Amino acid sequence: MNARVQPARPAIGAVRRAFAPWNDPQAKPLIRFENVTKRFGPTVAVDDLSLDIFEREFFCLLGPSGCGKSTLMRLLAGFEQPTAGRVILGGADLAGVPPYRRPVNMMFQSYALFPHMSVAKNVAYGLKQESLPRGEIERRVQEMLQLVQLEALANRRPDQLSGGQRQRVALARSLAKQPKVLLLDEPLAALDKKLREETQFELMDIQQRLGTTFLVVTHDQEEAMTMADRIAVMDRGRLAQVATPGDLYEQPQTRFVAEFVGDINLLEGRVAGGEGGFWQITSPLAPAPLTVHDPDEALETGQAVAVAVRPEKMTISRDKPAAGGNAIEGEVWDIGYLGDWTVYRVKLGDGAILRVSRANASRFVEQPIDWEERVHLGFAPDAAIILTR
Amino acid sequence: MKRRLSWVNATSLTLGFAFLYLPILLLVVYSFNASQLVTVWGGFSTRWYGALFRNEALLEAAWVTIRIAFLTALVATVLGTLAAIALVRNGRFAGRTLFTGLVYAPMVMPEVITGLALLLLFVSIGMDRGFWTVTLAHVTFTMCFVTVVVQSRLVAFDRSLEEAALDLGATPLSAFLTVTLPLIAPAVAAGFLLAFTLSLDDLVIASFTSGPGATTLPMRIYSQVRLGVTPEINAASTLLIGFVTAGVVAAALLTKRAA
Repeated sequence: MNARVQPARPAIGAVRRAFAPWNDPQAKPLIRFENVTKRFGPTVAVDDLSLDIFEREFFCLLGPSGCGKSTLMRLLAGFEQPTAGRVILGGADLAGVPPYRRPVNMMFQSYALFPHMSVAKNVAYGLKQESLPRGEIERRVQEMLQLVQLEALANRRPDQLSGGQRQRVALARSLAKQPKVLLLDEPLAALDKKLREETQFELMDIQQRLGTTFLVVTHDQEEAMTMADRIAVMDRGRLAQVATPGDLYEQPQTRFVAEFVGDINLLEGRVAGGEGGFWQITSPLAPAPLTVHDPDEALETGQAVAVAVRPEKMTISRDKPAAGGNAIEGEVWDIGYLGDWTVYRVKLGDGAILRVSRANASRFVEQPIDWEERVHLGFAPDAAIILTR
Repeated sequence: MKRRLSWVNATSLTLGFAFLYLPILLLVVYSFNASQLVTVWGGFSTRWYGALFRNEALLEAAWVTIRIAFLTALVATVLGTLAAIALVRNGRFAGRTLFTGLVYAPMVMPEVITGLALLLLFVSIGMDRGFWTVTLAHVTFTMCFVTVVVQSRLVAFDRSLEEAALDLGATPLSAFLTVTLPLIAPAVAAGFLLAFTLSLDDLVIASFTSGPGATTLPMRIYSQVRLGVTPEINAASTLLIGFVTAGVVAAALLTKRAA
């Protein structure tokens, strides 16, 4: 069991998952990166990284461009060889195994469809390499085209397809050989927003049905949050945190993760004391010490920390909150109305800006907060966490 | 938008083209001359084309030339394509700049020097001069043209297509044959035609490296002209120009389509 989850405490995040082999010490990982380092000349793309990925998992590698996530995927596909460390798949070391003998397939960011072959020929390409009988190949191609709903376009060429259709052909082609692991390199980056959302759920559906392990590389945190069982956030060749989307959002371990995944307000301060998991933090931004409930941290008095609060977990009001609660005073600097949400940017005395968002649950608001008003921001001790790194 | 040429431009264009093509035009026109005398117009006739096809020596030279050109183009295409792949794909391997320079050098090397160097080589290794030495020599100087054409196509080639083929289980050789080669085929064909036509009309290098029984058409024409120009030679030259033009135009079209 995860040490963080205590029975007396409610679950973290909004999704409950029965599927959690990463919490089972008996479970054998399907993919194991063991102290893998990859250097390109003087640049270190992957830095002494260890990671386990389990069978049937939908795993996302998330990070800014240049963080090494694509390199990690290419190490598994066999297009790069690790400078040090081992990549293990199903118990076997992959060192020296060329890409064409690895039981993994990849969907390329550019899709890499063969322009001189029809859709059906593209999908059949991998099966032909196995020299399967023709009937078998035709059957598998039909099955794959059905899976991605492209039976009608089997004889088209890639340049006669739309972006979304090409994406489906690429998916069908990479799934045709029934790989143990499917690698997807920014699979939705080339699609427009509406189509991207639809395709996210389709990918999840296909992954559920086939039971294939999916490893997705993406820089889009929303995409990762929606699809993944677990997400690894990468930063400069290292893993910043590996966790479920819920844990990642509600329990980030570093400032980098907190800021990369979603919006967050960081209030820098120092520990003034604590008791029973309730910590008192003094911050130059707040008139009185802030109270944060974070029982997992072991802190020392005087230690420099950051209090991290998500915008939607803060309250904003004209009235001073009751004494004893966390309170910060400021002036409304900007209001962004997004329809479902309204985002307030509030300027504090020293110029720092905090973001507060409010769900527009009702169509009518009495006396809405206006620009340049003095407001009080507040948050519950449970709504914030303490970051030490 | 159509713009009319100013008279200055029109004149210079006319003069330029006249300078380039008037001699050739004259040759083509006189190949249809009925008169025996090369410089006197005696009416239209195709009799010299008929005579040409009864001239065994010229026909034999033409046959030798075509065989050499075909073999040259074949070998030069294979070698040139391989060189292009090595240059584009292997990144910055040690000596890449030197290798690039060495591949392109024959393009700018004076033909006399190439011919002389090859002659010295063939003599020193004791190789009998004839059909094979001319072919080898032609491969040497046409290969770089194939490399240039294929290289420009490979630079624009999406590497991930090959990776996708490997990822789907194709061996490197099979990935090359089923994915890379079909996609660079227009450039390879253009390189082949270029090598073919270059070999077809080469005189200097062939003269140095040829031996008995391997007289090429340009060599035959040149030696006959020294004894006096006959309208028959005009006819042969016109046909040669036709072949070369067709080859170069086809190569240009293929390259354009490939780009």
